[in-house]
Amino acid sequence: MIISRHTTQRLAKGVIWVAAFSTLAVMIWILLQVLVEGVPLLNFKFFLDSPRQMGRTGGIFSTIIGTLALTAVAIVIATPLGVGTAVFLREYTRESRVSRMIRFGTDCLAGVPSIIFGLFGFVFFVIFLRMGWSILSGGLTLATMILPTIICTAEEAIKAIPHSYREVSFALGGTRWQTVARAILPNALPGIFTGVLLGVGRSVGETAAIILTAGSSLLMPTSLFSPIRTMSVHFYILAREGISMEMAYATGAALILLILVINTLANWLLWRYVRRVGG
Amino acid sequence: MPDKAKIILEHLSFYYGPVMALKEVNLQIRPRQIFAILGPARSGKTTLLKSMNRLTDLIFGTSHTGHIFIDDREIYDSQISLPELRRRVGMVFDLPTPLPLSIFENVAYGPRLKGMTQKQPLEEIVEKSLRSAVLWEEIKDRLSSSALRLSGGQQQRLCIARVLALEPEVIMLDEPCSGLDPISTASIERSLTELKEKYTIILVPHNIQQASRVADRVGFFLSGELVEEGSSYQIFTRPRDKRTEDYISGKFG
Repeated sequence: MIISRHTTQRLAKGVIWVAAFSTLAVMIWILLQVLVEGVPLLNFKFFLDSPRQMGRTGGIFSTIIGTLALTAVAIVIATPLGVGTAVFLREYTRESRVSRMIRFGTDCLAGVPSIIFGLFGFVFFVIFLRMGWSILSGGLTLATMILPTIICTAEEAIKAIPHSYREVSFALGGTRWQTVARAILPNALPGIFTGVLLGVGRSVGETAAIILTAGSSLLMPTSLFSPIRTMSVHFYILAREGISMEMAYATGAALILLILVINTLANWLLWRYVRRVGG
Repeated sequence: MPDKAKIILEHLSFYYGPVMALKEVNLQIRPRQIFAILGPARSGKTTLLKSMNRLTDLIFGTSHTGHIFIDDREIYDSQISLPELRRRVGMVFDLPTPLPLSIFENVAYGPRLKGMTQKQPLEEIVEKSLRSAVLWEEIKDRLSSSALRLSGGQQQRLCIARVLALEPEVIMLDEPCSGLDPISTASIERSLTELKEKYTIILVPHNIQQASRVADRVGFFLSGELVEEGSSYQIFTRPRDKRTEDYISGKFG
């Protein structure tokens, strides 16, 4: 059977439309499911009250703080390391055995399941370094987990900077570091930012590695060495232990809202930055 | 007696890996003149420019033999400071290359690298440079807007101003008018003629006519070899070499 060019064209168009819209549909379905079940239970008290009776009643304030603290630690540690590695790979070394080894290492790291990171964090940070179940242990573990993403996106962002920027900066008497700091990084920032946001998403959504390294305490953390429970872990425990399905959905809805807020805020900051630099 | 040579090239050969781009070039360039480097594509013009401020160092696998002296100092000496050399020998590229910064910050980029941070001297040097590049009047009211919003001709004059802000001794321009309309070209040529009062200018013109309009001396290059060098008048009226004559008269190019 011979299919005309016209038919192929329409078929292809159909398949592509179905693909795009089923993606959208799945996303909307998931969001609706959680939001419809969860949002009616949300109120100020839920956000600002501490959890009571294992989370059966009360709010989720300590888990919000836990989530934010853990993510912040992970990002603060992983971003300079990741961007530094990317700068090294792109600007300070040519394609060589060392750079290939670093890239191979990060690729492998990216493929490792999170529970393995959890196990590593538990053995190394929690036990060997005696940090215990804490924000610090969890943050460090998450940092190693999101490092490959940040390196990879930062490298792509730096790669996309036109070669002429480097040439101009050197020609105007710039040292290598001045060129990196003034001509390359400021322009790679939007791309680097994307990687950091992906890292935030992964940190906020992680559970397995966090239970092993930051614990699941519902108490309000007082320092970097306090154990905490993140919202994702809270959600998991509420649902898994059958404590309260309603509270689980409410936490899920709050988590989605939190991610929306973080992303919107980040995009707004980025937009302001790009406008200031003048695209 | 003409001035002492500013730049002296002695038996300069330049290689990209095994490929020879410049072959045994001997040349003297005098200060306060416009020296035009003429030649068809791939005759080594850009390589010659970039070897004089060592921008070729950015490319992996280059090598050279022979010497380049600027003010009697060998620039391939290991003692030489590259940022310092590049400030003395400024370069304007063939396409306008504004950095995605404001007009002001583009011009202030070089002085800032040198460590100049105070507002007032920076403002003075930015204004002075933009005036010398014949751009000031057009843009003085929007120094803080993005340089990317300027027209092509304005961007190229901005790049010239950016080099002037380094207070260089030598200015090299690699086909600075290649993407520009005749009016912008004329205004760049006008500023070049003004600039040669103070600087040594090396120009790769984008056509033969431009060389005849502005150059004091001309060197004709072919496949990395300096075929002939002489005053503009001599080269354009009585070229000694048959190849120069053929190129000038448009038989190839």
